[in-house]
Amino acid sequence: MSTKSLSARNNELSNPQKQLEYLSEGLFADGELPTFKHKLEKENDFPLQPKPLEILQINLGYMCNQVCSHCHVDAGPDRKEIMTVETMQHCLEAIKKTGAHTLDLTGGAPEMNPNFRWFVEEASKAGIKDFIVRSNLTIIVANKKYYDLPEFFKKHNVHVVSSLPFYKREKTDKQRGKGVFDKSIQALQMLNAVGYGKEGSGLKLDLVYNPSGAFLPKDQDAMESDFKTALKEDFDIEFNSLFAITNLPISRFLEYLIASENYEDYMYELVNAYNPAAVQNVMCRNTLSVSWDGWLYDCDFNQMLELKVNSSVKHISNYDEDAIQNRNIIISQHCYGCTAGAGSSCQGTVA
Amino acid sequence: MSKSYYDPSDLRKFGEITEWSEELGKKFFDYYGSIFEEGALSAREKSLIALAVAHVVKCPYCIDAYTKDGLERGITKEEMMEAVHAGAAIESGATLVHGVQMMNKYKKLSM
Repeated sequence: MSTKSLSARNNELSNPQKQLEYLSEGLFADGELPTFKHKLEKENDFPLQPKPLEILQINLGYMCNQVCSHCHVDAGPDRKEIMTVETMQHCLEAIKKTGAHTLDLTGGAPEMNPNFRWFVEEASKAGIKDFIVRSNLTIIVANKKYYDLPEFFKKHNVHVVSSLPFYKREKTDKQRGKGVFDKSIQALQMLNAVGYGKEGSGLKLDLVYNPSGAFLPKDQDAMESDFKTALKEDFDIEFNSLFAITNLPISRFLEYLIASENYEDYMYELVNAYNPAAVQNVMCRNTLSVSWDGWLYDCDFNQMLELKVNSSVKHISNYDEDAIQNRNIIISQHCYGCTAGAGSSCQGTVA
Repeated sequence: MSKSYYDPSDLRKFGEITEWSEELGKKFFDYYGSIFEEGALSAREKSLIALAVAHVVKCPYCIDAYTKDGLERGITKEEMMEAVHAGAAIESGATLVHGVQMMNKYKKLSM
């Protein structure tokens, strides 16, 4: 497993244009598999348009203490792109005006942004009631300055959503790096200790499961029950819900698919599992993604592919929700990842 | 046509058998689909049975399919290997239990 981002390795897949070419050529260019647009057209779902905005998802930067092999952000310690206070201020202005009820903070490791806490406090003052922080868990034990994050989350009633690819050490460490499992367990115990995931505490702790390889997640409920039993028995850990998320064929996961010669089979699988019911609730229809430098995207994946919203307003500094909501969502073949089987989103299955 | 008898990508075409016999193909796939739903046995348990049988009947397509199915369901590699051993035990047991027949025949023919 590489300890550097695609970007630091100067891998050609760090270029979004290359990724998009890959996703449009081969199987899809010669008609062996239908394009995502073709699928939508068949079900009269094209063009895909937003529903009322519910979630503003802000990416505070691509810096991360981990280098996970499946990361669609290509995040890592070598990524220096993080949101400035100025851009955060633009975000706060937008938060005051938005109809969205939830602020979803992601990264990288969002907590590594030096202004993370300030931003949460200000957003709280600006009226956000429902906060999500997507925490990789290990950041909580990475350095003394992060040890009190569970207390900070609790103070602002932040809903913590944490990645834990599996309830066993081997698979977790293979995907996320050596030692990640033990540190994640320690961090989960710290979160439990302040009340997170405990019945009646009102403090929500959800886990994210994503497959550690070229296969799709199956049956979120069954997986949740397996996770709950194993984590309780082995480590006395409790959590609320498990979100099963499909790996999208972009960035480092795309690199893995190509290198392991799984790309074609994986795309077949995604296309064959296409579920029109999932299209109705894909997250790009109720979420707006903001990048570290303030650009607006239909989702975090389109952000990584540098596909800015198809709207007259493209940047948080001149945010106009009415104008943004009146747009067509940009699609490509990676979108099959969100419509396969029970569907996939940052909140888990959608169908 | 492929020069080898088994091509992994042929598994994707399995559904095409229906094209040459629609009624029977449809009946088979309906039956197949129903079997692997949750029932008195869980879908997870049935996936492990399928994996064991896949090895006993030595079907490379089935082994690919149920290894992946197991991964999708979060079945661990230790569970998968135990299932394969369970299949192998029955298969080797089926051979060895015929040793009794050999012994019976031996005794019958011997003075």
